[in-house]
Amino acid sequence: MKQLKSFIQKEFYHIFRDPRTIMVLFFIPIAQLLIFGTVIKNEIQDVHIAIYDQAKDETTLKITNKILSSGYFILDKNLENINDIESIFRKGKVKEVIVFESNFGDKLIKEGKANLQLIADASDPNMARLAISYTSGIINDYVKKMHPNLQMPLQIEPEIRMYFNEEMKSAYMFVPGVMALILMLISAMMTSISITREKELGTMEILLISPLRPSQIIVGKVLPYLLLSVANAFVIVLIGHFVFGVPVLGSFVLLMLETILFITMALCLGIFISTVAKSQMAAMFISMIVLMLPTILLSGFIYPIENMPKVLQVVSHIMPARYFISIVRAIMLKGTGLLFVWKETAVLIGMTLFFIALSVNKFKIRLE
Amino acid sequence: MHDKQQNNDLAPFGGNPGRERGPIITVRNLVKKFGSFIANDNLTFDVYKGEIFGFLGANGAGKTTAIRILCGLSAPTSGEVKIAGYDIYNETEKIKKNIGYMSQKFSLYEDLTVSENIRLYAGIYGIPLKKAKEKEAELLEKLEMSDARKKLIAGLPLGWKQKLAFSVAIFHEPKIVFLDEPTGGVDPVTRRKFWDLIYEASNNGITVFVTTHYMDEAEYCNRVSIMDAGKIEALDTPKMLKERYSAKNMDEVFLKIAR
Repeated sequence: MKQLKSFIQKEFYHIFRDPRTIMVLFFIPIAQLLIFGTVIKNEIQDVHIAIYDQAKDETTLKITNKILSSGYFILDKNLENINDIESIFRKGKVKEVIVFESNFGDKLIKEGKANLQLIADASDPNMARLAISYTSGIINDYVKKMHPNLQMPLQIEPEIRMYFNEEMKSAYMFVPGVMALILMLISAMMTSISITREKELGTMEILLISPLRPSQIIVGKVLPYLLLSVANAFVIVLIGHFVFGVPVLGSFVLLMLETILFITMALCLGIFISTVAKSQMAAMFISMIVLMLPTILLSGFIYPIENMPKVLQVVSHIMPARYFISIVRAIMLKGTGLLFVWKETAVLIGMTLFFIALSVNKFKIRLE
Repeated sequence: MHDKQQNNDLAPFGGNPGRERGPIITVRNLVKKFGSFIANDNLTFDVYKGEIFGFLGANGAGKTTAIRILCGLSAPTSGEVKIAGYDIYNETEKIKKNIGYMSQKFSLYEDLTVSENIRLYAGIYGIPLKKAKEKEAELLEKLEMSDARKKLIAGLPLGWKQKLAFSVAIFHEPKIVFLDEPTGGVDPVTRRKFWDLIYEASNNGITVFVTTHYMDEAEYCNRVSIMDAGKIEALDTPKMLKERYSAKNMDEVFLKIAR
């Protein structure tokens, strides 16, 4: 224990005496949080929707067909009960629900006016906004083509509701993303650099020859970054909350536990990188190119996964950040519990175990 | 240089290594292969307690591979190795407590102060803080570095770093210290001063296992082994080797063996 203590103390000396490390740990997170404040996307594809049709007449069927044949939407479910709307959103797959009022077709012809409601999952605000505007566009187009000669156009009044993020704040979207990015950066990159630095300087040999066990060396390397990463996650949530007004609807404890899980995964990834990389430079490039860019581009942080080419959609499945971001969105914005994020959690646990096994294995090989 | 030679003759077993003290390192039929390349080809030798054992060879002769195996950094392909009486295959933890190691990279943390480096190694080797503090003060006094206690390693001259690295490697009073080309890239004067420290450690009963390719340093050793292409070609005292190969100095001996 005392051995480990001196070792960890040394790690903190390294961290606090290196200006670059301090930059990466304490300034870049805040800078990124502010930079990613303005992120836009403008196309949708294969958005899963549900329809609650209380009329079930010719008009509503035609509108439904037109929407589904547009190529932008996939019908996931026909709902029978108004209460199903909330629960289907919580499951997370369906992004938009279309509600037709009863006697929709009759009203439209007799009164020249009918109501329908568009409800979107706005925990991903850009997606929600786009889905709504595409849907209204299709409906308006239908009405115009149906009755081209009418002086007074028939009116369908879409009533729009955004679930989970009523005001459509994009901060809601980028805070979870920045969190994933920062944690990945600090945990994976910093650990891999700090381990490869010891290799380059030759101090790793000294450590391996000393009575320190390999597991102690790994823990000693990882623990300081785990603590700093958790502190960072905490600060990001605080800034998100007090500066950008992002709520934490779900359990804060669960959020932190999931965060620690993600950090652990990233740290193991960092150790793995360090066993592959020969130098600090190599470790940094691997972290940057193999981790950072895909995390930004493929995790659903900026570009919706639904819009990606099929190949990239498949690739996005191996992005740990993808799962973490959807967990964080679910907990912070939808207030869901473990029951609804257990799949993502299981994937992250699986990835963690995989990287632990891989790096312990590699670490041993290097020892021998 | 002349000085050193005399010093060597005064060393515990200057002329004839003290077999009577018994071996502290025994190596029998050690083989290390990397694929089809044989880095260590059937090495068999003993190192006796308290001696300064020189491990010579050209670059690529297999010195580093062997020293890495002896330190437990690398596993042999086959063969028997005992360090301080412990088996290299299954008693590595015990071996680790009894050896010290210094490489040509000096291996101190540049962004830590002199004192912090010493305390770190003391901590890793489980030396109680009180004792570590006493020893640290003593050591810095001896090295005339007391004023540099709070200075970062990065700012120290090379010779100081080297002396400090060696002192740190034997801070926990190991039975054996392995030095892998400890004087690489250092001028002759600094090198000689460094050998004073090695003699002192040897006089205190620490066995010194040193690799080098400086032949003047080979003269300072009690016994020398010369490796070529993975094999030990010669092993004896510098004096005997010079006689056998009828050479004036170790340089000639080496050239005759390694060609």
